[in-house]
Amino acid sequence: MANYAHNNDGHNHGGTEVAPPQTAVIWRTFWVLAGITALEFVTAFLFPAGTLKVAIFIGMTIVKAFYIVGEFMHLKHEVKSLIWAILIPTLFVVWLLIALLVEGGSIFQLR
Amino acid sequence: MAATVTTETAPSDSAQAFDKKTWMGGVEPMNASYGKLMMWFFLISDTFTFSALLVTYGLIRFSYPAWDPAIYGEVFKFSNIYWPIPEKVYNAVPFLHGVDAPLVFVGIMTFILIFSSVTMVLAVEAGHRMDRADVEKYMLWTILGGLTFLGSQAWEWSHFIHGTEQGTVIRELVSGQWVERTIFGANLVENQYGPPAFADLFFFITGFHGTHVLSGVVLNILIFYRAATGLYERRGHYEMVEKVGLYWHFVDLVWVFVFTFFYLV
Repeated sequence: MANYAHNNDGHNHGGTEVAPPQTAVIWRTFWVLAGITALEFVTAFLFPAGTLKVAIFIGMTIVKAFYIVGEFMHLKHEVKSLIWAILIPTLFVVWLLIALLVEGGSIFQLR
Repeated sequence: MAATVTTETAPSDSAQAFDKKTWMGGVEPMNASYGKLMMWFFLISDTFTFSALLVTYGLIRFSYPAWDPAIYGEVFKFSNIYWPIPEKVYNAVPFLHGVDAPLVFVGIMTFILIFSSVTMVLAVEAGHRMDRADVEKYMLWTILGGLTFLGSQAWEWSHFIHGTEQGTVIRELVSGQWVERTIFGANLVENQYGPPAFADLFFFITGFHGTHVLSGVVLNILIFYRAATGLYERRGHYEMVEKVGLYWHFVDLVWVFVFTFFYLV
């Protein structure tokens, strides 16, 4: 993981020489994402509708988001202050989501 | 004498409340360049826009009844009274007319977008190595992936708008009389698959995401052109590939959430 972050160190020879690609982490991340998507597809048909199924889907989505943001967008290897500057605001989204789902349930009760 | 000079300058440096050089430019806060930082801040604001759309979906979804076999009959059929089951709505695949293949096509679309994200990160990696040929190759793959996704979405929209062969019979109150009418497909005011709000949210959410993919493809083409004409090589770094890469991965990330909350749950 760390070697991907620094793979350009020591290879800058003015663009005349090209270093060999270091893509092991990228492909591993791809297989994780592809595998989880396949599992989501299977889960859609194997599990009966209910809270458990929704919880499994949300859990898998968060794992996929972690790999995309952490590895592909490289956030995992940035400084801590940047990581928190991105993550903390998204907590407000979770708050809004829960608040408005409850609100939607109340509208359903009143209809 | 040299020793006294250093002892004299050292206290005067540390006595300053801050290092003046901090405010003279060239310093990268959070260890990220200006452009990358601004891209991150744009993406967090875009996150809020997409969240607003998906949270709206959740609110309206929860304000409608879900399909219940005990109340509405054992066999699921479309109705504008309750919210539809997504896998009953999205069950068509191009060239396989009449075949019930729930979520297959949208699953393929998800794979296409994830794969184009991989080729994008490979282009960024090639940029770190100053490998111009590889950057060009992977940017082209990324553009191709983006265009394939947009084409798939156009087909998906077209199918959704035109509807199934049988259509759905709905009952509605027209000037005091209950009348039955068969409707095909969906638009912003009527919807054969469920309540009209379901179609509205489908058009808004996937449409807003599709617009992001479209602008991403345009940006990718620009990056490919500038890499191919050697601009980044002359500049000495391929950081623009990274910045547009961040945007492209974000578009992929949004689709991961749309896939879960619109098609699976």
